[in-house]
Amino acid sequence: MKPILKIRDLKKNYQDLDGEVEALGGINLDVYEGELLSIVGPSGCGKTSLLSVLSNLENKSDGSIELGKETIKIGYMLQKDALFPWRTILENCLIGLEIQHNLTEETKNRVIQLLNTYGLGDFMNKYPSSLSGGMKQRVALIRTLAIDPDILFLDEPFSALDYLTRIYLSEDVYNIIKKEGKTAILVTHDLAEAVSLSDRVAVLSKRPAVVKKVYTINIPNKSTPIKNRKRKEFQHYYDLIWRDLDAHI
Amino acid sequence: MPTYSEEHKTFLKKRRRKKIIILICQFLIILFFLSLWEIASKTGIINSFLSSSPSQVVNTFISLLKQNNLWNHVYITVYETLISFVIASVLGFGIASLLWWFPTLAKVVDPYLTVLNSLPKVALGPLIIIWIGANMNSIIFMALMISLFITIINIYNGFQLVDYYYITLLKTLNASKRQIFQKLIVPSNKNIIINCLKVNISMSLIGVIMGELLVSKEGLGYLIMYGSQVFNINLVITSVVILAVVAYLMYLVISFIEKKIVQSK
Ligand SMILES: Nc1ncnc2c1ncn2[C@@H]1O[C@H](COP(=O)(O)OP(=O)(O)OP(=O)(O)O)[C@@H](O)[C@H]1O
Ligand SMILES: [Mg+2]
Repeated sequence: MKPILKIRDLKKNYQDLDGEVEALGGINLDVYEGELLSIVGPSGCGKTSLLSVLSNLENKSDGSIELGKETIKIGYMLQKDALFPWRTILENCLIGLEIQHNLTEETKNRVIQLLNTYGLGDFMNKYPSSLSGGMKQRVALIRTLAIDPDILFLDEPFSALDYLTRIYLSEDVYNIIKKEGKTAILVTHDLAEAVSLSDRVAVLSKRPAVVKKVYTINIPNKSTPIKNRKRKEFQHYYDLIWRDLDAHI
Repeated sequence: MPTYSEEHKTFLKKRRRKKIIILICQFLIILFFLSLWEIASKTGIINSFLSSSPSQVVNTFISLLKQNNLWNHVYITVYETLISFVIASVLGFGIASLLWWFPTLAKVVDPYLTVLNSLPKVALGPLIIIWIGANMNSIIFMALMISLFITIINIYNGFQLVDYYYITLLKTLNASKRQIFQKLIVPSNKNIIINCLKVNISMSLIGVIMGELLVSKEGLGYLIMYGSQVFNINLVITSVVILAVVAYLMYLVISFIEKKIVQSK
């Protein structure tokens, strides 16, 4: 497999009046097509900064990002859903297409189909206020998928949800991503989530972040995230990563 | 036709009865007040020369209609108010947008805006008359001074209060600044803008009446001023009553427009 993203010595400093904050201290990481890569690391180590730099929301300070293709369309799902209350669910999901001047009957129908497939068809013409937290997060994911991105960035997409919703939604999201055949980077601070969902897990050091270690999650006959949690390999990787993180805190 | 339960029917009945009671009370209050006023001036308890009376107000109104082309005065006042309302709203929205677009410009003009807004504009009246002349333009300008700065400040504040998180979201979708403005800043401030328009129409009317009191030869403000100069209290009170009705009608119109806009999501 060839990398879709090749990140080399990527650095990011934030400037403010008190001085400089070094967020990323030289990240080296390859992201492969079709994989689900989780990024874990201590709180405040620079995980969001990494996604922001990769998606051009912030300028990098140093290093290089090589793309596997000429252009790569990024779908960035933020931590909070940020649905516009004055737009219906469908209109919210179409905003990316509107902005990128890609809204046609065809693309619109594709989004409607996504909503139908993932259990939101009945709510299409409702406003976000009538949805539960888990449903809003799912809408946010479909809004991200609507522009048909090559790679998905998910920044702690489940952190605002209660435990059960979180487990079931992560299962849904996993299925959606795999079914749509997307490459994805998932930032999370929940190790169980990382191990049960991912193909690989990258562990970041504390700030300024570098990639401490990358684990390939080898669970024979891997199945759905919830079932993965019950396997003995799950515990094994969980413990390994836990020890890695523990050393930093 | 849905069938309602007995409980719902009694609920609706109660609601309707309450509404009728309120209307009757409102009517009785005005009736009581007007009769008291009429009786007091008829029996000489109050001096009807100084405090007029409802019947004299009606007579004055009728003679105004017949002789002094009342409609022209009303028209002039409404016309001036609408002109300054439109200019203040368009200019206010435009300048607020400009300030949002250029944050540095906003920082530069911030103290000037604050000072201009808190300055009592009546104080500018004489200057405006000297500079622009004793005509309709200076009245409109005065009304503009009163409504413009507050419009700019309110709309700009609304623009600034938009959660930065929403802007980040649009940036992840590669939105341009113009798209952020169109898709987020304006629609999320719809209510603030509508409220601003509501305040604006009364501000403009205040400004116009102030201007007419100072300089004009026509309009309701002029009628009030003229009435007081020739000590015709009937004329003053009649004009004030007409002004109240005009203000109320304008409010109704703008409320109606608001409802239409809110309905059309
Ligand atoms: N826009 C910014 N300006 C200045 N400093 C920033 C900015 N964004 C982040 N930082 C700093 O950079 C460091 C890394 O922040 P970042 O949000 O990337 O961490 P994180 O790993 O995502 O944290 P968390 O686990 O809390 O989400 C923090 O110390 C933070 O204070
Ligand atoms: Mg973060």
